[in-house]
Amino acid sequence: MSAPISVKQRLQISRQAMPEQAADERNHNFGEVNLGFTEQLALLEADRCLRCRDPRCINGCPVAVNIPRFIDLLSAGDVAGAAHSLLGDNTLPAVTGRVCPQETQCEAECVRGAKGLPVAIGYLERFVADWARQHADQLPVAKPAPTGKKVAIVGSGPAGLTAAGDLARLGHDVTVFEALHKPGGVLLYGIPEFRLPKQIVDQEVERLKQAGVKIECNVIVGRTYTLPELRAQFDAVFIANGAGLPVFMNVPGENLKGVYSANEYLTRVNLMAAYEFPKADTPVLVGRRVAVVGGGNVAMDSVRTAKRMGAERAFIVYRRGKEELPARLEEVHHAESEGVEFELLTAPVEVLGNAQKWVTGLRCVRMALGEPDASGRRRPVPVAGSEFVIECDQVIVAIGTRANPLLTATCPDLKLNRHGNIEVDERGMTSVPGVFAGGDIVRGAATVILAMGDGKRAAQTIHEYLMPAMTKPVNGEGAAASLCAAVAGDRVHSL
Amino acid sequence: MHTILAKTQLSPNVTRLEVAAPRIAQIRQPGQFVIVHRCAGAERIPLTVADADPAAGSITLVIQAVGKSTRDLVAMEPGEAIQDVAGPLGRPTELITSGHALCVGGGVGTAVVHPIAQGLHRNGARVTSIIGGRSKEWVIFENELRRFGEVVVCTDDGSYGRRGFVTDAAREALAAGGIDVVYAVGPVPMMRAVAELTRPLHVHTIVSLNPVMVDGTGMCGGCRVEVGGETRFACVDGPEFDGHQVDFALLADRLSAYRDFEQKANACAEETCRIGRH
Ligand SMILES: Cc1cc2nc3c(=O)[nH]c(=O)nc-3n(C[C@H](O)[C@H](O)[C@H](O)COP(=O)(O)OP(=O)(O)OC[C@H]3O[C@@H](n4cnc5c(N)ncnc54)[C@H](O)[C@@H]3O)c2cc1C
Ligand code: SF4
Ligand code: FES
Repeated sequence: MSAPISVKQRLQISRQAMPEQAADERNHNFGEVNLGFTEQLALLEADRCLRCRDPRCINGCPVAVNIPRFIDLLSAGDVAGAAHSLLGDNTLPAVTGRVCPQETQCEAECVRGAKGLPVAIGYLERFVADWARQHADQLPVAKPAPTGKKVAIVGSGPAGLTAAGDLARLGHDVTVFEALHKPGGVLLYGIPEFRLPKQIVDQEVERLKQAGVKIECNVIVGRTYTLPELRAQFDAVFIANGAGLPVFMNVPGENLKGVYSANEYLTRVNLMAAYEFPKADTPVLVGRRVAVVGGGNVAMDSVRTAKRMGAERAFIVYRRGKEELPARLEEVHHAESEGVEFELLTAPVEVLGNAQKWVTGLRCVRMALGEPDASGRRRPVPVAGSEFVIECDQVIVAIGTRANPLLTATCPDLKLNRHGNIEVDERGMTSVPGVFAGGDIVRGAATVILAMGDGKRAAQTIHEYLMPAMTKPVNGEGAAASLCAAVAGDRVHSL
Repeated sequence: MHTILAKTQLSPNVTRLEVAAPRIAQIRQPGQFVIVHRCAGAERIPLTVADADPAAGSITLVIQAVGKSTRDLVAMEPGEAIQDVAGPLGRPTELITSGHALCVGGGVGTAVVHPIAQGLHRNGARVTSIIGGRSKEWVIFENELRRFGEVVVCTDDGSYGRRGFVTDAAREALAAGGIDVVYAVGPVPMMRAVAELTRPLHVHTIVSLNPVMVDGTGMCGGCRVEVGGETRFACVDGPEFDGHQVDFALLADRLSAYRDFEQKANACAEETCRIGRH
């Protein structure tokens, strides 16, 4: 498209900023904050990529997206080619381009980050993925020969959807069972509209259905069907039911009216559209002053949602320091610019209430960082005599989730670790033959892309398990590698 | 989609729906419930499976029209379909297999008592049911419960059966002795009163709690209740608990959290009615 440019010229281009809605406007609406690159910005940013011979960014990506390849195709003006390349590596790029913690993954490895800012890989991924969504007709759907094998997938979050897509592409008959009335998992009920529009999740699900994936909602595995029942009806099962059980703080006053788990608060607002009450039937309590406990993405999503629901003041209460906030950097910046207040090195000790049992405040204690703990982070310890009260009428608890025992309780043969997470071997198989697992149910609450990586790997090993003759496993590693090649070959063929 | 196969008005504000849900009809057990989501934009509401016909593939839901969501549900007609019915959820009732059970049902809670009495009867236990309502027209499930044993009907105004509250009849039945376990389902004050009757007598008492729910699978924690000083999620740990351990005050209090919203929704629905858009 354009004349070849030198490395020196590439180095002179500075990182392009993401266009966004103004902070004082967006904190009153649920529209997406990031507006996406224009084509011009995308091409400019793509030119910043140095086309390294040994691209380190790929190592930083949990699903090894071939980053320079799609960027190069984009630069060459072949957006369709870029989209093919990207979608072959990553089933849900429109999602990951928005929610991946790029600063600790691909962009952390980018050589340009050594001196200056890394290439905005996430923004470019999003640009190409959004193009692909708008031009679905230009992307052929592969029609593989049916293998006659049936696979059940439990849960329709990123792990389940990724596995479903890959298995369908390999010709298997895939049915996804979802407990809620709509597929998408955390992408749907957890991550808010202003960060990940629900239309994107719907479109991705639609794409999978067109590829032959069947989705059955309102099926709670462990209640509607037990795991052994599924195992008997399907040739293999992939469990990807997430880490859905909210953890509470275990402090006095936690059951007062006005205390929500982040799961409940976000589900009411996102899945049930409570922000449209009374147009939607589900209500959500609206806090005037809202304290959100926790420092991860879930906490940032909750606090920014509270602002949008009309909170005059909204606080993050986090027991460690700013450096330790586990949320994506961009979310922290966005929260700050939207007027969220940060009470760092602060831990709640009690929720206070009035005679009618409504929340009136959160009693907290200041913390100091002590010796490093098992995770290598310095352990926060309470500072004696530092108690104080944050006046608030709503408290949202976003301190984590655990494995939900609903499913695992119906299959005692399934080996769990001491936290209740399912144990898997290096192939992703559980202690029950033919039953695989991945995503948050295995890792504990983690990330979208790690869940997708598990889904991708499980699809490959399930394929090997079901079609031993075709995939001829020599040893675990080699088989997976040869299968990757086969999948890639397939893809090239289908283009 | 879950087609409504039949609809009956049981009392001035209680409606019975037979709903197509073949899988749930096959496997549901006493004490279990479903989450019903009428259509996009509707609330997800928990309803006990009051009965089931596995051959016909249908379940019985008994709905007291109190707020907008329940009124919208009972306004549906046979042939129309509910979008989502998920379940069966919750732990099945602990049923005794011999001995004498006293089942106490107040108002729409009588419909929740029905599958329990049915299960007890099937197990070979002796069942006595005490059910009640404001007046004759509010008494439901009397004939169904008679199949499983003796039924004592109480009405507040004495227009049918004996005059008084179900708790009065329960006190007498307990005083007569020989009751091994009590199952009580109804309004919070009723369940609390029954639990207080049986506490000094050390008669095991199971109550069914009805907190606000969203998912019904343990994901949101909105349904939390306190039992024996510990927080439990009613949808997965219950909905039935030891009545002597339940913090009824907290339950009643948490149930009131959305009262303002209910009024707003009701007002808004009436407005729509009057304008005639509906
Ligand atoms: C608010 C929020 C914000 C987040 N933000 C980010 C972010 O910015 N970046 C990032 O990388 N990660 C983020 N995460 C984490 C990320 O969403 C999860 O790690 C990821 O979704 C896990 O995927 P999964 O497929 O394992 O499970 P989930 O997405 O949890 O999906 C599991 C699905 O299984 C269903 N299910 C559960 N039990 C059953 C059952 N018994 N039978 C049938 N179905 C069942 C559930 O309803 C659900 O739909 C966030 C999480 C939350 C809650
Ligand atoms: S999937 Fe995530 S880590 Fe991989 S390239 Fe895309 S943004 Fe980076
Ligand atoms: S209803 Fe959500 S956890 Fe019980």
